[in-house]
Amino acid sequence: MATLAAVVGIGQTHYKTRRGDVSIAGLVREAAVNALADAELGWDDIDAVIIGKAPDMFEGVVMPEIYLTDALGCNGKPMLRVHTAGSVGGSTALVAASHVQSGMFKRVLTVTFEKQSESNAMWALSTPQPFSVHLNAGAGGYFAPIIREYMRRSGAPDDVGIKVAVKDRLHGARNPLAHLQLPNITMQEVEESMMLWDPIRFLEACPSSDGACAMVIAADELVGQSPKPPAWIRGVAMRSEPTMYAGREEVSPQAGRDCAADVYSQAGITDPRRQLDCAEVYVPFSWYEPMWLENLGFAPEGEGWKLTMEGATSLHDGGDIPWNCSGGVLCSNPIGASGMIRFAEAARQVRGDADGHQVDGAKLALGHAYGGGAQFFAMWIVGADKP
Amino acid sequence: MSEEKEAVTGMEAPIYLQYNFTAGSAPARFLKRIREGVLTGQRCPRCANVYIPPRGSCPACGVATEEEVELPDKATVQSFTVVAIPIPNNPIKPPFVIANLVLDGANISFIHLMSECENADVHIGQRVQAVWKPESEWTYAMDNIRYFRPIAEPDVPVDMIGKLPITGWEGQG
Amino acid sequence: MTAMKEIAVVAFSQSDCLPKAGAANEVELIMPQLRSVFEQVGLNNAQDVDFVCSGSCDYLQGAAFAFVAGVDALGAVPPIKESHVEMDAAWALYESILKIRMGQADSALIYGFAKASSGELPIVLSQQLDPYYLAPLWVDSVSLAAMQARLLIEKGLASERSMAEVVARARKHALDNAHAQARGEVSVESLLAAETVVSPLRESDCAPVADGASAMIICTVEKAREWGVPYARISGIDHRIETHNLGMRDLTDSPSTRLAAEGAGMQHGPVEVAELYAPFSHQEIILSRALGLEPDTVISPSGGAMAGNLMMASGLSRVGEVFRRIISADITRGIAHATSGPCLQHNLVAVLEKG
Repeated sequence: MATLAAVVGIGQTHYKTRRGDVSIAGLVREAAVNALADAELGWDDIDAVIIGKAPDMFEGVVMPEIYLTDALGCNGKPMLRVHTAGSVGGSTALVAASHVQSGMFKRVLTVTFEKQSESNAMWALSTPQPFSVHLNAGAGGYFAPIIREYMRRSGAPDDVGIKVAVKDRLHGARNPLAHLQLPNITMQEVEESMMLWDPIRFLEACPSSDGACAMVIAADELVGQSPKPPAWIRGVAMRSEPTMYAGREEVSPQAGRDCAADVYSQAGITDPRRQLDCAEVYVPFSWYEPMWLENLGFAPEGEGWKLTMEGATSLHDGGDIPWNCSGGVLCSNPIGASGMIRFAEAARQVRGDADGHQVDGAKLALGHAYGGGAQFFAMWIVGADKP
Repeated sequence: MSEEKEAVTGMEAPIYLQYNFTAGSAPARFLKRIREGVLTGQRCPRCANVYIPPRGSCPACGVATEEEVELPDKATVQSFTVVAIPIPNNPIKPPFVIANLVLDGANISFIHLMSECENADVHIGQRVQAVWKPESEWTYAMDNIRYFRPIAEPDVPVDMIGKLPITGWEGQG
Repeated sequence: MTAMKEIAVVAFSQSDCLPKAGAANEVELIMPQLRSVFEQVGLNNAQDVDFVCSGSCDYLQGAAFAFVAGVDALGAVPPIKESHVEMDAAWALYESILKIRMGQADSALIYGFAKASSGELPIVLSQQLDPYYLAPLWVDSVSLAAMQARLLIEKGLASERSMAEVVARARKHALDNAHAQARGEVSVESLLAAETVVSPLRESDCAPVADGASAMIICTVEKAREWGVPYARISGIDHRIETHNLGMRDLTDSPSTRLAAEGAGMQHGPVEVAELYAPFSHQEIILSRALGLEPDTVISPSGGAMAGNLMMASGLSRVGEVFRRIISADITRGIAHATSGPCLQHNLVAVLEKG
């Protein structure tokens, strides 16, 4: 049986285009210090550190746990570095949780980060590989055709993506940490923004941000040592499938559905829309909200866009299942951290600690991350109540 | 002594690393044939699906794929996008169409360019054919095919995309 | 706290150590090793284990997301529970043990691979260093190791001769290792006759880097009995990292290895064999001293990394080599060590015992 574990401290940095005031070490330490302060703990209270980030080729630091040992107080302690492409922020949280849930550690620190301003992500994602048998069209080139297929199947109106883009930015305007602060954004502004990869417009896509996110996860017996309410980890799941295979369902990947089913069954969820109070879901291109609403079982197949259009996922419209109250990936995207930010923001909600973007009385929340060709999924469910 | 100098807040530290790439065994066979102007896929011995470009294994079954299948250069549009921003290291000027194309006889799509068409006319199910570079320019690369252009064949119904035989499509239901 | 599940190693396979794998991509390197471990247990593909974890490093291949291609070798349809560390697969083994101990898996497949021959490894590894102060100096991993060897010699803890003895012993052990790249009876004198390349290191003091892969299957002891296969128990595993500042470390010692060994419970029984991942001959001397190994402990009977250094897999292979010797009844208890980072900055120790 797994040891019960909870998030007892959360720390984030402001997400900005460029944090010119800190080195990479400074950036991760800032998030870590914030998390320790949030938990009212010191470096000596941490038994192990688990870090995660996107490919090393972004910042050009090979195996950064080696360089970051000192910044994260890890001299003489175990340190692990997880790398599962875009879902890494989420899977790092899961691996960190497993340190405690396995009974092998009592309290761990986990940090994810990206210093995009010191990296060349575009280049790293599309280095021309000699003998490559593929045309590399970048992330947008990969996802846009899949979105188009969703639009065709569901018959969704053209402005669903625009609605999500506006909603998430209005949410982000309630979150002082969010990178994009666009409190006056309008549907028209989004519609008129440049089309990048049809049907994805500029304002329907995520920014590129510097930032780090950290959490302290503790075993049941130590949870009481931190003053703020914990976020109990009620379910953890990850699934992977190959990038391409004959007959692969790309619009609603099986790995996503299986991962959700696993995490729901652990947390006793049979009706996610009704039983969850909110969700932080990895939506880097606006159309992925309706697509994930279906993939995650919040809406029947073909109807995710209806929830979006009726305002069900909007905090300011009083929706019954607000999604991405923090502003989501559409407001802040330090790639390696984005998954963990989802997990951390879900935890903030159930701790009653989400300030201006709090869902009143939130008790059960989903954190979700995905990566690669929508093939790697990591999810967790956190709750205010001890199971 | 010296005037006020601005504090150093950053520096450029370029990284230059040299790599010798070798193509994997299966991609190498594919590239050798494409240099001759022939498209080849590989069939999985377990599920019989044909993969192009080949990856050396069937990702679904986790077994090595060996059997080579010669494929025609006609394909169907599975999906597409119109790209407005340039691809790094690619000279093609936006806006251009990239499409997920399934060759006749293959069971997965690959991404390639489309041209000789109005961007607005591209649609799912559309039939296309490869336009090759001149033979003298052929190398070990997928871009021996310059792009795919629409051909006058009836559209393929969505549920048949990825399931057409090597012999192609004459509009049967 | 509930009693922790006992972990069993039930299968291990390693490719031959090749200086250059040539026309073989990730999938083609990995698949034969996966086939082999599946066959050892009587399984088909990744569907038959509960978790998969791999170790690899993009920079060795020169391609971001190199590990994603590896997923194609698994048969991951329907979707599987799978994860990855950008480290030697010994740490993927560690992550898998956590997964089993928390009850989300009863079995796991682990594999590590690299095609380090694609790039100039010592120069690639210089980019592991602090990106602001050290990496722009391009101090390669061999030069750093050489400085460490110099310190060791100056302190009287080693000599060029004792380093050559390590090499000669390793190559002799490797005669029994079908996968070895460097093997043979070679005299210490002939080794010392060669010029140093980065003084005081000779080429022979540097483990020959190899392309390849290794794979392992672990499970609970109950599962091993259910499958009816011979197994070795991992009775303890621990890993520690030291400060990145080389000037603040005593490079002639390895405190993190000592801490990890203690955490893994090495001291609770005899150490008949110690498979040590020492990419340089002088590092074997450091590790052996740091661990306080007795003279009757056989060090790296496989030849160790000196027989062929499979980047990202050598650590896992050390565990595999101890496993092999336990199930063949050569020994009843041994330790395996893995390392990462410049001059033994990060170290892992696993203790394996007869089931």
